[in-house]
Amino acid sequence: MKVLMKGNEALAEAAIRAGCRHFFGYPITPQTEVAAYMAKQMPKVGGTYLQAESEISAINMVYGAASAGKRAMTSSSSPGISLKQEGISYLVGSDLPCLIVNVQRAAPGLGGIQPSQGDYFQATKAPGHGDSHIFVMAPSSIQEMADFVETCFEKAEEYRMPSMLLADGMLGQMMEPIELKEGEPKEVEKPWALTGTKMQRPHNVINSLYIDPPELERILIERYERYAKIEENEQRAELYKMDDAEYAVVSYGASARIAMSAVDKARDEGIKVGLIRCITLWPYPKKFIEASAGQIKHYLAVEMNMGQMVEDLRLVVNGRAPVDFFGRAGGIIPSPAEVLEEIRKISKGGK
Amino acid sequence: MTKLELMLAGFGGQGILFAGKLVAYAGLIEDKHVSWLPSYGPEMRGGTCNCSVCVSDEQIGSPQMLTPNALIAMNQPSLEKFIGHVQPGGIVLVDSSIIPTKVDRTDLKVFYVPATEIAEKNGLKGMANILLTGKLLKETGFASVENAKAAVSKVVPPKKANLIDSNLKALQLGLDY
Repeated sequence: MKVLMKGNEALAEAAIRAGCRHFFGYPITPQTEVAAYMAKQMPKVGGTYLQAESEISAINMVYGAASAGKRAMTSSSSPGISLKQEGISYLVGSDLPCLIVNVQRAAPGLGGIQPSQGDYFQATKAPGHGDSHIFVMAPSSIQEMADFVETCFEKAEEYRMPSMLLADGMLGQMMEPIELKEGEPKEVEKPWALTGTKMQRPHNVINSLYIDPPELERILIERYERYAKIEENEQRAELYKMDDAEYAVVSYGASARIAMSAVDKARDEGIKVGLIRCITLWPYPKKFIEASAGQIKHYLAVEMNMGQMVEDLRLVVNGRAPVDFFGRAGGIIPSPAEVLEEIRKISKGGK
Repeated sequence: MTKLELMLAGFGGQGILFAGKLVAYAGLIEDKHVSWLPSYGPEMRGGTCNCSVCVSDEQIGSPQMLTPNALIAMNQPSLEKFIGHVQPGGIVLVDSSIIPTKVDRTDLKVFYVPATEIAEKNGLKGMANILLTGKLLKETGFASVENAKAAVSKVVPPKKANLIDSNLKALQLGLDY
C-alpha cells in the first residue's frame, strides 16, 4: 500500500522503521518536519526525541548514543551542518556509526532557505577536520529518501563510520507516493559499544585523542584501508538511456530529476544523450563514469550550485572528453528547458 | 488527459496546499505517478502561496510545474504571476468571486467560477479550493469521480473527520458547475 508523504516525513518514518530510537535535532528550514515527525512518533515507539539547545549539542548527543551502540541520528540544513562539523569529525575519529541528514539550502552564511546542492564539497571532501570521510548518499525521489536511510545506517555500522543522507529543500518538502518497508531491521553485533562490562570483559574505549604520532598514523592508515574497501564495494549510480549514448549528463539528487526530463526531451529531438545519476557521492561512482569513457564525446555536469561535483567528474574523465558544467544556485531549481538547451549546445560540439 | 501538470495558487489560508494534496491523493489511488511540491518560505504568510502537482502515467522528472497545463488561481497576484506560463490549450480556473479581471489570452480554456461565493452560500465557507478541484476534475478527468471522493477521506485528517461530508459536498458543487 503506497502512501503520500513529504520527503522529510518519509525519511523520519524510515529511520524509525530502521530501528533508530534516538533522534537529536534543532529546528531549521527546510528540514523542520523531520524533527516535528520524530517529536510525535518517537514517544510512541519508546524512543527518544530530543530538541537540543543547539546543533553542536545535538551532534554530540548522537556521539553519546552511538557510543552505546544505538542507532542514532540528527538532521539539519546547511548552516546547521556547518555547526555540526566538529562533532562529525569526532565521530569519524572515534569510528562511530550514525546518520546525519542534510536537507540543503542555498549559499554560504545563512544564505537562503530554498533548495540547493551547495554542500557537495562539504559532504564529500571535508565533513570535518582531519583526514576524514563519511558515507554519502543522494536520494532523487521520496522513495529513495526513505530507502536510503536504512542503507545509510547499515553501511555506517558495517564500516563503523558516520553516514549522510544529502537531500535538499525540494526533496524535503515535496510529496510522492512511497512504499514503506515492513519487517525487522538488520542489526549488527557491536562488540566495541559501551554497554557496561558487567565485570565480564575488559572495558571498551571510545576516543578520538591519540597523543602518540605513530599510533595515530597507524589508526589513520587502518581507517583509510576501510575507505578503500568502501570505494571498491559501495559505489552506486543509475544509468539512464546510456546504452547508445554519445553524450552524457552527470547529476545527482534533485537536479538529476530535472536532468532526466531534459534527457527525454533531447532524445525526442534525436540527440543520443543519457544520464549518469550518482547515488553515492562518497564514494564517488567512478566505475560508472569510467565505463562510459571512450563512448561519451562530451559530458555535462548538472548541479544546483556553482560547480562542485563537476570537479570529481573531471578527475575521472581525465581529459578523455570535454566536461562542461551547468548549474543554478542561490535556491533556484534549474528548469528542464535550460538543461535541454545545454545538451543541444554540447551535441553541436559547442559550449 | 494523460498528464496533469497543475499549478494551484492563491493566498496562504485558502487551502491551496490542501487542494493540491487532494489531487495528488486521487492520482495515487489511480495508481499513477504523482508529485506535489509546495512553495515554502516567508511568502506563505499573507502573501501568495502556490503548489505544483503532477499526475502522470509516466515517471515524473521535475516536480516544478513551470509551464502547467492547468492553473487554479484564487487571487489576483497569482493569476498575473502564472497566466503567462500556462501551455497553449491549457485549462484555467479563476475564482471570480475574488478575481474581478478577465484573462486576455485566447489560446486557453478559461472558466470563471465564483467559487468562494458558491461555497459560502452553501454553508461551505473556506471550501472554494475543493469546489475548484471538483471543477478541475470535471474538465480534465485527472481521476475518476469515485477515486477523487475516496481521496477526500484520505486527506482530511482523522481529527477533522466531521468535515469529510462538507468537503464531498464542495467537490460535488464543482463537478456540477
